[in-house]
Amino acid sequence: MDIGGTLVKLVYFEPKDITAEEEQEEVESLKSIRRYLTSHTAYGKTGIRDVHLELSDLILWGRKGNLHFIRFPTHELPAFLLMGRDKHFSSLHTTLCATGGGAFKYEDDFRTMANLQLLKLDELDCLIKGVMYIYSVVSSGPPECYYFEHPTDPERCEQKAYNLEDPYPLLLVNIGSGVSILAVYSKDNYKRVTGTSLGGGTFLGLCCLLTGCSTFEEALAMATEGESTCVDKLVRDIYGGDYERFGLPGWAVASSFGNMICKEKRDSVSKEDLARATLVTITNNIGSITRMCALNENIERVVFVGNFLRVNTLSMKLLSYALDYWSKGQLKALFLRHEGYFGAVGALLELPNPS
Amino acid sequence: MALSSGADRGSHSMDKSITLPPDEIFRNLENAKRFAIDIGGSLTKLAYYSTVQHKVAKVRSFDHSAKETEGDPLYEISVQEEITARLHFIKFENAYIETCLDFIKDHLVNTETKVIKATGGGAHKFKDLIEKKLKLKVDKEDEMTCLIKGCNFVLKNIPHEAFVYAKHADSEFRFQNTHPDIFPYLLINIGSGVSIVKVEAEDKFERIGGSSIGGGTFWGLGALLTKTKRFDELLQLASKGQHTNVDMLVKDIYGGAYGSLGLTGDLIASSFGKSATTDKEFSKEDMAKSLLHMISNDIGQLACLYAKLHNLTRVYFGGFFIRGHPVTMHTITYSINFFTKGEVQALFLRHEGYLGAIGAFLKGAEEDNPNQYSWGENYAGSSGLMSVSPELNPVQRARSGTFPFDMLEMDRLERQLVNLPLLQDPTSYIPDTVDLTEDVLAREYWLYCFEEALDGVVKRAIASQKDQPKAVERAEKFRQKYRHKLQTLRHQPFAYGSLTVRSLLDTREHCLNEFNFPDPYSKIKQKENDMALKYYLKVVKSVEELSWEQRQFTLVKGLLAGNVFDWGAKAVSDVLESDPEFGFEQAKLQLQERPWLVDAYNQWIERLKGPPHKCALFFVDNSGIDIILGVFPFIRELLIRGTEVVLASNSGPALNDVTNSELQILTERIAAMDPVIHTALKEDRLALVQNGSSSPCLDLSRLDKVLATVVRERGTDLVIIEGMGRAIHTNYYAMLSCESLKLAVIKNSWLAERLGGKIFSVVFKYEVPSNIREIKS
Repeated sequence: MDIGGTLVKLVYFEPKDITAEEEQEEVESLKSIRRYLTSHTAYGKTGIRDVHLELSDLILWGRKGNLHFIRFPTHELPAFLLMGRDKHFSSLHTTLCATGGGAFKYEDDFRTMANLQLLKLDELDCLIKGVMYIYSVVSSGPPECYYFEHPTDPERCEQKAYNLEDPYPLLLVNIGSGVSILAVYSKDNYKRVTGTSLGGGTFLGLCCLLTGCSTFEEALAMATEGESTCVDKLVRDIYGGDYERFGLPGWAVASSFGNMICKEKRDSVSKEDLARATLVTITNNIGSITRMCALNENIERVVFVGNFLRVNTLSMKLLSYALDYWSKGQLKALFLRHEGYFGAVGALLELPNPS
Repeated sequence: MALSSGADRGSHSMDKSITLPPDEIFRNLENAKRFAIDIGGSLTKLAYYSTVQHKVAKVRSFDHSAKETEGDPLYEISVQEEITARLHFIKFENAYIETCLDFIKDHLVNTETKVIKATGGGAHKFKDLIEKKLKLKVDKEDEMTCLIKGCNFVLKNIPHEAFVYAKHADSEFRFQNTHPDIFPYLLINIGSGVSIVKVEAEDKFERIGGSSIGGGTFWGLGALLTKTKRFDELLQLASKGQHTNVDMLVKDIYGGAYGSLGLTGDLIASSFGKSATTDKEFSKEDMAKSLLHMISNDIGQLACLYAKLHNLTRVYFGGFFIRGHPVTMHTITYSINFFTKGEVQALFLRHEGYLGAIGAFLKGAEEDNPNQYSWGENYAGSSGLMSVSPELNPVQRARSGTFPFDMLEMDRLERQLVNLPLLQDPTSYIPDTVDLTEDVLAREYWLYCFEEALDGVVKRAIASQKDQPKAVERAEKFRQKYRHKLQTLRHQPFAYGSLTVRSLLDTREHCLNEFNFPDPYSKIKQKENDMALKYYLKVVKSVEELSWEQRQFTLVKGLLAGNVFDWGAKAVSDVLESDPEFGFEQAKLQLQERPWLVDAYNQWIERLKGPPHKCALFFVDNSGIDIILGVFPFIRELLIRGTEVVLASNSGPALNDVTNSELQILTERIAAMDPVIHTALKEDRLALVQNGSSSPCLDLSRLDKVLATVVRERGTDLVIIEGMGRAIHTNYYAMLSCESLKLAVIKNSWLAERLGGKIFSVVFKYEVPSNIREIKS
């Protein structure tokens, strides 16, 4: 489990090679939990199993099985704990590996509400382990690692597989509620370079305040419909075209939300435009900080992960574009299909060998 | 015809709802030329060059080849008109631009100016208005170029221009010393967006980056979130809010700190993160505060990343987002501290708002070579930091009939100023001994002290111009002006940079000059010089009769006794006023007996037993007994020993300090009586130079370039600094690369007590830098 500021990410390994004997010995509660998790794709109102990410026929601890990816909002954690109690999760005597801030914040709740002991793990350790593991086990199906070719040309821009066999050094940018930027030099050698509080939580928080929406999906849908150029002040709005003396193209944003200082423009703007501008602002800022970190650390490959990028092709293309354009093609933005689940996967891998 | 033009003027003044006081704003417009204007989003900054005609006191030697009559003064004093160059900068809200243009049009008499340089985002919008009103062609200049030019100019010419902001410290503003080399630096200009510019030399700069999240984002997004329209109101809201209600903190996720990474629980993990997960209503104040943090942190982070990449440690912030707002200076400072762990300091500029206007002006004035000169801030004509801040200065805002404006005036100095080449480390040299912005007790005392002395100064000023027109009226205006400055400084000690005894004295001199009292002590100086000259030979003879050891002590004692005659010290001026007979011998009796408060006399005598110094540079103090009966016999001994002597005196008058032109005459007269001085002058072993200053104190980082050359050429190996102003209030801790003597009599009981002594305590500080000591041993 990876308990973040906004979302809880849960990874569940379902052994498929259960022998008849084992089946007999299995306690009822375990069967019931397995059935519940694998037979649904949604849990309650807000829990979701990302079926398209499921990895089948993996070998873990000598067992063959499927890996399931489930998420639900962090504020539903109490409901989850109650369910764990009702389904007698504690009777399984399994250790629950947990990472993310919530592993620390809710440790007591796990114990008191569900009688569960947590094995707490550092989120950045888990993140890197998870990335490396998933990349190594995905062999068929859609490629795990990809990038956008020709990001500066919308006509020719397309998603392409990327070979991450030799991954180091790389800059790993995890965009959750906030953002952490890690420089990874080898399997066990990494450092957190910096972070920013302008992340997914900021996008959603501002969208909720500006448009009255309440979910990430809604906010994203609005952003897709909107146009940010009437909200933002562009270089060409100030200089009539490019600011040639400093090599700034006219289309570049000079001031995010800069047009909103004017009442008439505030009155005529749509919610969709505001959502789009918020997305563009946050995304470009992450791109800009990332680029500076890459320069300071002298690293050319950047892998973006985290749930802000889930179903968010808009941001991924923007990041690809921004990195390519401002670095004059030096930097490459890479993405991973299991974007938000690596912390949880890394935590699962720390499970003491159950056999 | 006459009637119609009269009616025209009448209707015009009817249109003006505001009448401007011409002696306060847009001063000296009559001779104005070379205009520049910088129109920003809300403020207009106007710049022009003018010449100021003001009175200076000149001294001229009488022709002494003619028969001398007893009682004739040795030189005559005349007051002459002199023209000096001044730069004027005025800042006001855009709403008043038309009123101001009308005013300028009406008062601009004969100018050959044809164009006005313009910069800033609003220059385009007001182009037609300016051209129509002023009949000047608007010539646009690149904003960034102007900004950098202006920044270089203030950093070079205004001491204490840059400061560090510390909200919770005793003094919020910590001013930086002028670094002899201002380059390279990073300028982060936060306008609607952010520009990050690396400046490597006067004309070499590059925009190395920027961000779209800037002041416009705060304003635009803030207006959407809080329905508050004005930028300043948004900042007001922000200063009252709690960001922790809106932001998701590390502790909201972790329950506490994220220990392994050293991230504290109060750190913002996700800006506006709480508004994504809860449905509750957020207050305007809280949202504005959260927004302010988000933007400040983001800018601070980028600034640090760029500073690191380009290996720069001096980072200045400017632009309308900053504009002296304590709340934004605080959040930016916080962010820079956080991201660089204190390695980089966020620096702000006192005249940040003027940079564009200064730069545009300099662009237009290139043919006058303004960069060839040194300039000085005129404290009398400048408003000081935060003069128009509504919270801090309700007085100015409420002044009836006018609108809030801020001014900066800079005088062109006649001499180019440089460092004394003998400073051990010019980068760490601080002239002033006590920073009154930090030392509250000392500040209270000195402000009180200057206020107390004001009556006397006014009286002295009037007495010096008995026959001059409107002397009483002008002196009264001076009193009001200086008292107002003192009041301002009581509330805002940081208004003109670090508050020091020197700055209080200099401000007083500037105010006196402003009202045409260039030298209130000229007649006193004349009288005292006359009198002291009569005793010169007697003093020299009596010294010559003594044994070597006794002679040295008598000379030093004479130097100290002479230094008692200081009209700047109230305790002394009271005595001198009431007892005109008070003389050299009485002064000697007042002196503290040895051991003195600081007493390095024995080391000095030991040194004198060694080989003579090559050349001594002597910063002299008062006229009269001090220079004639104290300094001259002392340096006479040095000359006899074989040491060359350079006497450095003030270029312009300050209190009863001897000026260079007075010293020229005195030296001539002494040379006529004393063959030792005569020969030394003839052989050029005694030289007189001016120090480039008109202050009773001494800033060794701003000295006349000629003086620096003389010091270097003559291989100066001894510096003597005399008097309270030059050796106690300033330079007490100055480290020189050669031997130095700092001597003074403490003529103020408060200061004496503070130093652990009584009034008329003696400081005799002889210092030898360690490297020289090693060579000797």
